[in-house]
Amino acid sequence: MQIKESPSVYDAIIVGSGAGGGMSAKVLADAGLKIAIVEAGPFFDPADPEQMTQLKWPYESPRRGANSTRDFGEFDMAYGGWEIEGEPYTREKGTKFDWYRSHMLGGRTNHWGRISLRFGPNDFKHKDIDGLGDNWPIGYEDVKPYYDKVDKLIGVFGTNEGLPNDPDGFFLPPPKPRLHELVYIKGARKSNIPVIPSRMSMLTKKINNDRGVCFYCGQCSRSCQVYADFSAGSCLIFPAQKSGGQVDLYVNSVVREVTTNEEGKATGVSYISKDDRKEYKLKGKVVVLAASACSSARILLNSKSKQHPNGLGNSSNVVGKYLHDSTGSSRAGFIPGLMNRKVYNEDGVGGMHVYTPWWLDNKNLDFPRGYHIEVWGGMGMPNYGFGFNPNEFNKFFGLPTGGYGESLRSDVKKYYGSVLGFGGRGEAVAREDNYCEIDPTTVDQFGIPVLRFNYKWSDFERNQARHMQATFEELIHNMGGEVLGDTPSKEEDYGLLAPGRIIHEVGTTRMGNDPKKSVVNKFQQLHDVNNVFITDAGPFVSQGDKNCTWTILALSWRASDYIVEQLKQQNI
Amino acid sequence: MDRRKSIKSILLGTVAGGLVVHGCAPESESKDELAAVKSDENHFGRTPEEKELIAKLNSEQFFNEHELSTIAVLSNLILPPNDKFGGATDAGVVEFIEFMAKDIPELQTDLRGGLMWLDHKSNTEFGAEFKAASEEQQKQILDLIAFYDAEIPRDEQPLEIQFFSLMRNLTLTGYYTSKIGIEELGYKGNMPNVWDGVPEDVLQQHGLAYDEEWLAKCVDQSKRGIIAEWDEEGNLLT
Repeated sequence: MQIKESPSVYDAIIVGSGAGGGMSAKVLADAGLKIAIVEAGPFFDPADPEQMTQLKWPYESPRRGANSTRDFGEFDMAYGGWEIEGEPYTREKGTKFDWYRSHMLGGRTNHWGRISLRFGPNDFKHKDIDGLGDNWPIGYEDVKPYYDKVDKLIGVFGTNEGLPNDPDGFFLPPPKPRLHELVYIKGARKSNIPVIPSRMSMLTKKINNDRGVCFYCGQCSRSCQVYADFSAGSCLIFPAQKSGGQVDLYVNSVVREVTTNEEGKATGVSYISKDDRKEYKLKGKVVVLAASACSSARILLNSKSKQHPNGLGNSSNVVGKYLHDSTGSSRAGFIPGLMNRKVYNEDGVGGMHVYTPWWLDNKNLDFPRGYHIEVWGGMGMPNYGFGFNPNEFNKFFGLPTGGYGESLRSDVKKYYGSVLGFGGRGEAVAREDNYCEIDPTTVDQFGIPVLRFNYKWSDFERNQARHMQATFEELIHNMGGEVLGDTPSKEEDYGLLAPGRIIHEVGTTRMGNDPKKSVVNKFQQLHDVNNVFITDAGPFVSQGDKNCTWTILALSWRASDYIVEQLKQQNI
Repeated sequence: MDRRKSIKSILLGTVAGGLVVHGCAPESESKDELAAVKSDENHFGRTPEEKELIAKLNSEQFFNEHELSTIAVLSNLILPPNDKFGGATDAGVVEFIEFMAKDIPELQTDLRGGLMWLDHKSNTEFGAEFKAASEEQQKQILDLIAFYDAEIPRDEQPLEIQFFSLMRNLTLTGYYTSKIGIEELGYKGNMPNVWDGVPEDVLQQHGLAYDEEWLAKCVDQSKRGIIAEWDEEGNLLT
C-alpha cells in the first residue's frame, strides 16, 4: 500500500481537538497561520439536531438513558468510553488503570464536568513544601496572565475569595445554591469546613455575541446547543475556523506517528483514515501533539526512527512515566430533612453550584496532598435506574422494604431528592514507576501498537481516601443524615477508585529544565526536537487537587504564543 | 400546556443571543436576546452505529407471547393504574422490559427463569398459570416474594425475591422514565428557564435561608444578557 502524501505544507499540524488542541488551533489560526487539525473521531457540533442529546426525554429512547452504549448514560456526549472496540489497551499484571477516551471533535470537553479551577502558587512548587515529587520549572506568576485570558475568552463563574492557593480570577457571577446545597453549607459549617460558590465554565452571563447564555437545563454533560458551556469545538475550533480561514480539519483520522527527516526534525504526521483504512501523510513545519496525555505519549513512543531509536523526544526515557490521575472516593447519604419535597425545577447548571476547596494543612495529616469536595443531589430528571429499590430507606424507619401496588407511588415521591452525595477529588504524588509504555504484543485495528499501563496507588493516596470517607460521614451526620453503604475497608483501599477513573490523567511528557529528567521545556517544546510541542496535560509535573482543564487551556495558550513567536523569528 | 410547546423555537442566528424562554422568564429579558433552544423530535442523538444496534435489537424478539402477557400482568400488579394516572402497561413497561432484556443480555436468565418459577408456583398452589390465576391468588404469591430484608445483600436473597426485586426495579424505572410517570412524579425540568434560587415557601418548609452575603455574590438575572466586563482586579462591572 502506498502512503498518500499531501502536497501542501502546513505551518502547524495539531493532533487532537480537545481543550489543548482547540486552544492551540485558536491561537495559531488567530495569528494567521495555516494549520491542520487532525482528529481521530467524527465532526461534532452540539447545535446539530441529529447529534444533539440536550433536552431529550428518557422515553425518546427505548433504553431510557441506560448506559449500554455510553458509559455515563446514552445521553452523555462522549463518543468512546472505558473500552473502545478495536482499540484496546493492556495493563501490567497486578496493576490497575482505566483509560477513558472520547474520539470526536472537541474530545472529552463535550461531556466534562466544567469544573474550572486554577492551580495555586503551591501547586507548582509542592516539592518545596513536602519534599515529594518535583517542582514545575514555572510558577503561578508565569501562568496567571494566561488564566486571566482564558477566564475572559471562555467564561467561568465563581467568586473572588482571596484564598491563598485557590486564586481569584475574572469570574461571571455564580448561580444561587439549590436546596440540598444549602443543607450542605449548613452541615459543613458545623465542622468548620468551608464552602464557596463553585467555579465552572458555563455562561451565567453573556460573554460575547457568538455564544448564548445558560438556560439552566442541568445537562452540560450533553454539550450545549447555544454554546453556553465550554466545549472545545463550539468555543475554540469553530471560532478558529472563522478567524483566518486557514484551518483544515481532518476528522476520522487516527495519527500513527510523527514523521522525521535525516536531521531528526519533525516533517509532519502520518495518519490512518477511518473512512478508507488507508494511511496518509501531512507535512508541517511544526507538530503540536494534543491527543491527550496518554495518546500523545503513545504517538511519541511509536515514532521510532534511526535518529530517535527510543521514540521521539524520549532520549531521557521519561516519555510515559510520571503518569498520574486525580484520586477519587465517593459516598452518599440519605437526608430525612429532604423528604417530601415540593417539586419545582431545580436543574440549574450541570453539576454543583457550591463546593469545598482543600481546607487543611497536610503537615498535621498522614498524607501529603489535599483534595476538594464536590457535592451532588436534587430532583433530577428520571433516567434508567430511577425508581430502583424505591423504598429502601424505609429501613431507617423500621418499615418494610419492597412490596408492590399503589403505595410504591407515594414511596417514590416521598424520597425524591432526599439523597446527597460527595465526590472527593485529590492530588496524587507523581511517581516515575507509574507509567504507560508500548505493549509489543498488541496492536489495534489500525495496526498501531497499543499502550500498556502500569500504575499502583501508594499509602499517600489510600490515607487520603480514608480521610475523605471520614469527612463524608461526619458531614452526613452533621446534616442529620444516614450514611449509605458500609465504610470502605483497608482491603478496598478505603473506597479509592482505580487510577484513571477520575479522567484527569496527566504527566506522561512532563516539563522541566533538565533534558535528562523531562520531555519538554517550559514552553512545552520537546528537548530533543525543537519543532514538536505538546499542549495536552502530558507536560504537567503535578496537578494539585484541581481539575486539569483550566490549566491545559492556559498552558496551551502560553505554548502556542511561543510557537507563533518562534515561527516569526524563524527559529523553528 | 405541553412543555415542548412552551419552548419558543427561534432559529439560532450567527449572532446568537442569550436565552430563551418559557413563560416565566424574567420580564426584563428582551426578546431579541432569546436564542433558539430546540429539540428535534425525530432524533435523540444516536450515532450511525448506535442506530444500527437499536434497529437490530428491535428486529429480534426475546420473550414469547406467554412471557410478555405474564410480564404485563405482573407489572400492572406492581404499578396498577389509579384514577389519575395509567399503570405500568399504559406507560409501555412491557415493551421497555423486552428491549432491556436484549440490550442487557445478563438480565435474560433471571427474568425468564423467574417467570417460569412464578408459573410453577401458581400451578402448584392454584392449578393455574400465574396470569390465569385470580388477582387474589396472584397477590398471595406476591406477598411471599415482594418484601426483602434490607440487611441481607441482594445476591444472597432467595432467588424468587431477587427476581421480584428485579421486576419491580424495571417496572418502576420504565414507568418513571415514561411520559405518564414523569407527569405523575411532577418533575418540572428539562426545559429552558432561569434558575433564581429556591422558592421562599420551600426554604421555610425546610427551615433554611440564604445568607445575604452569599446572595450578593450571585448572578443578577436581570443583567444576564449584558456582556461581562471587569476592572483590572477582576471585579465585574456589568
